[in-house]
Amino acid sequence: MSARRLLAWAILIAAVLFFALPLIGMFEFSLRARRGTWSLDAYANVLKDPQFLGTLAYSAVLSVVTIVLGILIVVPTAFWVRLKFRRFRPVVEFITVLPLVIPPIVIVFGYLRLYNTSSWLPLTGSTTGTDLLLSLGYVTLSLPYMYRAIDNGLGAFDLKALTEAAQSLGAGWGRILYRVILPNVLVAVLSGAFITFAIVIGEYVFAALMNRPAFGPYMVWTGSNKAYEPAALAVVAFGLTWGAMGLLQLAATLSTTGLSKTRLSKTRRTR
Amino acid sequence: MGHLDLVHLEKAFGATRVVEDFTLSIAEGEFISLLGPSGCGKTTILRMVAGFESPSAGAIRLAGADISGLRPRERNIGMVFQSYALFPNLTVRQNIGFGLEVAGLPKPEIAPCVDEMLALIGLDALGGRYPFQLSGGQQQRVALARALAPRPRVLLLDEPLSALDAQIRVSLRTEMRAIQRELGITTLFVTHDQEEALSISDRVVVMNKGRAEQTDVPFAIYNRPATSFVANFVGALNTLEAVIENATGGHVRIADLTVPLGRQLQGQKGDSIRLAIRPESFRHGAGAGGDIVLPAVLEDVHFLGSVIRIRARVAGQLISVDSFNRPDQPPPPVGATTALRLSASDILVLEAS
Repeated sequence: MSARRLLAWAILIAAVLFFALPLIGMFEFSLRARRGTWSLDAYANVLKDPQFLGTLAYSAVLSVVTIVLGILIVVPTAFWVRLKFRRFRPVVEFITVLPLVIPPIVIVFGYLRLYNTSSWLPLTGSTTGTDLLLSLGYVTLSLPYMYRAIDNGLGAFDLKALTEAAQSLGAGWGRILYRVILPNVLVAVLSGAFITFAIVIGEYVFAALMNRPAFGPYMVWTGSNKAYEPAALAVVAFGLTWGAMGLLQLAATLSTTGLSKTRLSKTRRTR
Repeated sequence: MGHLDLVHLEKAFGATRVVEDFTLSIAEGEFISLLGPSGCGKTTILRMVAGFESPSAGAIRLAGADISGLRPRERNIGMVFQSYALFPNLTVRQNIGFGLEVAGLPKPEIAPCVDEMLALIGLDALGGRYPFQLSGGQQQRVALARALAPRPRVLLLDEPLSALDAQIRVSLRTEMRAIQRELGITTLFVTHDQEEALSISDRVVVMNKGRAEQTDVPFAIYNRPATSFVANFVGALNTLEAVIENATGGHVRIADLTVPLGRQLQGQKGDSIRLAIRPESFRHGAGAGGDIVLPAVLEDVHFLGSVIRIRARVAGQLISVDSFNRPDQPPPPVGATTALRLSASDILVLEAS
């Protein structure tokens, strides 16, 4: 084995250890709830805690609402920007990355100032209103990922030609979006949706400051009050996130296959 | 008044004028080709008729009614795109039925229409396939069927054959013309391929820099080009530099040869002019006829099967001569001297350019 190859292996092993050791340590610690032996007691405690399922279900429902709102906002926007307002693309891209630059605490304080009970739109005056506001906040947080995923999806086929073909066949904008565009960016939409799911499940700042029973604040609360359960909860949360990432990977693989099919259909030149 | 009238159509993008004072009247059932180089405005005209671009000035009239202000979906004009533009998420049947579905036809009525279209394009067995499972030629046929299914008032073809290989292009253009004749649909076809335009059109519009240079039947476009651009763009052409010797009598001098053109010329004695001659207008060898004789030295001879292509030097200028292969007359040897014959009517006088 050459020295160069050896160095490559050494770097790889160091990187794996750097990332894996804390996780292994955490997992091993989560099994120590019973003195002197490994057990799944901490996991059992977490799973039988009604707050666990309650907060997880709340965050899951909220993530679905966030995904739906995100799709309704991002798909027509990205479609319109690519089709008619290409010169505004850099501006829109800049706006969509702002949530990565502005800290969530600044965004949530902005929301609370704008939509508190004495404002023109008192969303925080009711539970449903606050939940909606929280969802909209999550849409903002997931915007950079959702927009990029869908924008890339729209770039994978000849958007202009398909739109014009549908128009010449009599279709209006609604039908074009629903029947032609959305089915062709479905895989990209799924990618964006899984990232959104992962963000919403772990988010703490928005939910805590709006005082909603989400999974993120529950994890923090458990961490500050119990010994072994936080480690078990972190492993469960990792499992959920990794599950979402796995689905994302699957979607990406399908997307690549779909893309090659589309390219094939665009460029094939023989009978 | 025709079925489709384009009246003094203009289109400008900022300061760039892409289409200038374009007028064309198309009769019902006519097949018209817009032929020209890239950037001559032919596709812009097609897109204005489809409704994807709005004219800066002028009117588009369909059956007498001005449709310039209508949205694309309100025009009932079918279009076939160069990139096929089939919906990748729909099967062949669903693609063809899309326009009918949009028009609100009930499903039981859509099915027989789709069957009819599939039979028309000869793809009856492939209705269940997705576009990516079809070849380029098959996809373009489906695109044609999809455009025709809602019975449009006009069919627009935007370079539909350019993405296909040569063999498929020839067979598909013949099929397209046959279908167009069968349905009697008014068709506007955009191409930069002169052979395509000449072979399938009722009339050809040769375009240059946003203007129509000549609108005529293919035979006239080729044999009686109205401008120097048309003469050069359509078909191969030899140009010979000449000097007017007698304008009234129609005599010109090519080097030390005096050539009678048999027509009055514009200009004065001593003016330079350019003569244009198609390669196939020359005749040579035993039994060749023609009132003008040009001595030539053969510099290169290419045997292409049905055609023999000769590069010859006439009065110091290099020209190309095409003649049909005849089994009893082998190609002349390189370096030989021969007499090229042609008729005065075969010589075009190009205006100063």
